[in-house]
Amino acid sequence: MRTGAKCTIDALKDAGVKTLFGLPGGTVLDLFDELARAPFEFFLVRHEQGATHMADGYARATGKPGCCIVTSGPGATNAVTGLATANMDGIPMVCISGQVPSHMIGNDAFQEADTVGITRAVTKHNYLVKNVDDLPRIIAEAFEIATTGRPGPVLVDIPKDIQRQTTSATFSGKPERRGYKPVYEGNPRQITKLAAAINAAQRPVILAGAGVIAGGASAELTALAHKGNIPVTTTLLGLGGFPDTDPLALRMPGMHGSVAANRAISTCDLLISVGARFDDRVTGKVSEFAPNAIIAHIDIDPSAIAKSVRVDIPVVGHAKLILKELIPQVESAKRKEWLTQIQGWQKSAPFSYDTKEPRILAQYAIEQIYEVTKGDAIITTDVGQHQMWAAHFFKYTKPRSFISSGGLGTMGFGLPAAIGAKAGCRNRNVIAISGDGSIQMNFQELVVAVEHDLPIVVVIMNNGYLGMVRQWQEMFYKKEYSAVRLDQDLRARNEKIREKHPGYLPDFVKMAEAHGAAGLRVTEKRDVAPALRKALAMKRPVVVECITKPDDNVYPMVPPGASLSEMVQGLA
Amino acid sequence: MNSNNQSIRRHIITALVDNEPGVLARVVGLISGRGYNIETLNVGPTQDPTISRMTMQVPGDDRVLEQITKQLNKQVDVIKVTDLTREPFLNRECILVKVEATRKSRSEIIELADVFGGKVVSIQNASMVIQLVGEQQHVADFMELVKPFRILDVSRSGVIAIGKE
Repeated sequence: MRTGAKCTIDALKDAGVKTLFGLPGGTVLDLFDELARAPFEFFLVRHEQGATHMADGYARATGKPGCCIVTSGPGATNAVTGLATANMDGIPMVCISGQVPSHMIGNDAFQEADTVGITRAVTKHNYLVKNVDDLPRIIAEAFEIATTGRPGPVLVDIPKDIQRQTTSATFSGKPERRGYKPVYEGNPRQITKLAAAINAAQRPVILAGAGVIAGGASAELTALAHKGNIPVTTTLLGLGGFPDTDPLALRMPGMHGSVAANRAISTCDLLISVGARFDDRVTGKVSEFAPNAIIAHIDIDPSAIAKSVRVDIPVVGHAKLILKELIPQVESAKRKEWLTQIQGWQKSAPFSYDTKEPRILAQYAIEQIYEVTKGDAIITTDVGQHQMWAAHFFKYTKPRSFISSGGLGTMGFGLPAAIGAKAGCRNRNVIAISGDGSIQMNFQELVVAVEHDLPIVVVIMNNGYLGMVRQWQEMFYKKEYSAVRLDQDLRARNEKIREKHPGYLPDFVKMAEAHGAAGLRVTEKRDVAPALRKALAMKRPVVVECITKPDDNVYPMVPPGASLSEMVQGLA
Repeated sequence: MNSNNQSIRRHIITALVDNEPGVLARVVGLISGRGYNIETLNVGPTQDPTISRMTMQVPGDDRVLEQITKQLNKQVDVIKVTDLTREPFLNRECILVKVEATRKSRSEIIELADVFGGKVVSIQNASMVIQLVGEQQHVADFMELVKPFRILDVSRSGVIAIGKE
């Protein structure tokens, strides 16, 4: 006989969990009692959102499901943003939450929240455990669902009394659900149709998304591109799925995509999406997206097909398996004319910035990160301008080296995700690129890196602004800057606080030190690379704050609602 | 994609789902969360007591309904979803109508109910309750004709449907 708590911990072991992120509370005391004797490395976070992002970063870096454990009520509600982040991006995660005892559910008990109700829309699936006998099966099922098909987060809500009850129930083997049958093998006829379309195409383009990373299909993707001489554009979450250094790499498409990628999409006669879901930030105005192209869509999620763009050749299934079937049917082709046109765009308008600017530009600093690490690092980001620049000015050549909240766009993701990534990949350099706005959303988690001696480097691009919002206010709101200045001295009149505290708040170097990490502030361009080298050599958590030019914009930019052919270019 | 140029029509969707708590909330939440109204909803167990059938009437254009169908299919506890409007199907609805009935009008109402195959299930001093089962249109026609007698209350089962093949 085992208690529910023991069943849960045993089931986590059976699922292969080695690393757990979480924070205890009243309704998970029994689970934590068992945890004290369990062989997991446990990361005690300072806020449950941190636990979910760490589990997420761990999953994105390793490909294994991330696992976190939180208490009822506020513990669970704090986890919601992290679950939603993972759900949007299809990241495998299992979150165990405590719940008030069964007989108190619905009574507005202390620290009670309707966790399954609240998380229903932000998880792939969730459970409220009502019978202790079901626990071993439910946990096994949770991992099966989280990691198969289009992966995603699964939450298991376990009332306190269920954790304490005993059962002789066990579960082994593969969980089966009659309503859950992900499709892996692509329909052979659709694959043949796609091969024929590729062979007939003059100007094909591949749009590679997160499905390439999740499906471990980057070798196959590269083989396909090389065999057919097909240029590849990689979405934000697909970065690393195809090497940015390859001559066929068009880099990122969409709102802040490259000229080459957006022109290629607007000009191509065949667009082959591999595991990309045609996010609105990728497509721009849908009715003018790839106007001349036959659109083929390989996706493991049938509901992603024809959700936003028309699809002529849908192929439902696993990217790796489908590409393996597809490649032999694709003829080698030179496509000289098309590649010449592509090279013209690549040469005339690469991602660029004003190299003569005397102040530090985030673009410059990110390029230095690329140089100093020689491109061998896992980069995590927060959300905003620095995120786009991290996509532009670091070249990703391997899957799982770029970790970012794409769909939900969660500020505060980068630092905890870096901790999770480092926890899963100790021998890799892990660098969180952040902004002064984003970093303040989960700074407290830096303590966790210090406690576990995880030498991550956090590079804050401090421009004193919520930069991306500022850019939109400049471009689309007649420069009416409202609530975007983070530098106290320069805030708008109606936002001014008493000028007791001039300058920038908070002091990130002091904050780093207060959390037990090292802090370096860089104000001169020439000091950026030495500071990065120093930070990497310190072998402890370090925060590097770069004071950057306040008002730079991310270019190119497709204005919201415009078509990809209407790019606004920068001055550089 | 622009859906304005597509015609909005009623779709009848049936879903076979695991007979477990939370499934109804998941299905309803998924549809209402996208801003679509469920006009009628009926839930009941099938011949297999572990499986329930949900029958929903949802107005929308074909694209919207295709997306809803796919999203429903994606749910772990949803076993099968069919948009019956795409195939031959039978639909029925059961209603209980309470009508104002004086001694004078009573026989006229009973006659009307008879013509429609309805059944008088209760007679009170000033009112009567009629039960009617039939296709949606049939039920709607009856409601129209009984209206002048003054409908006091109505309870409808919501449409239930099954594919012919």
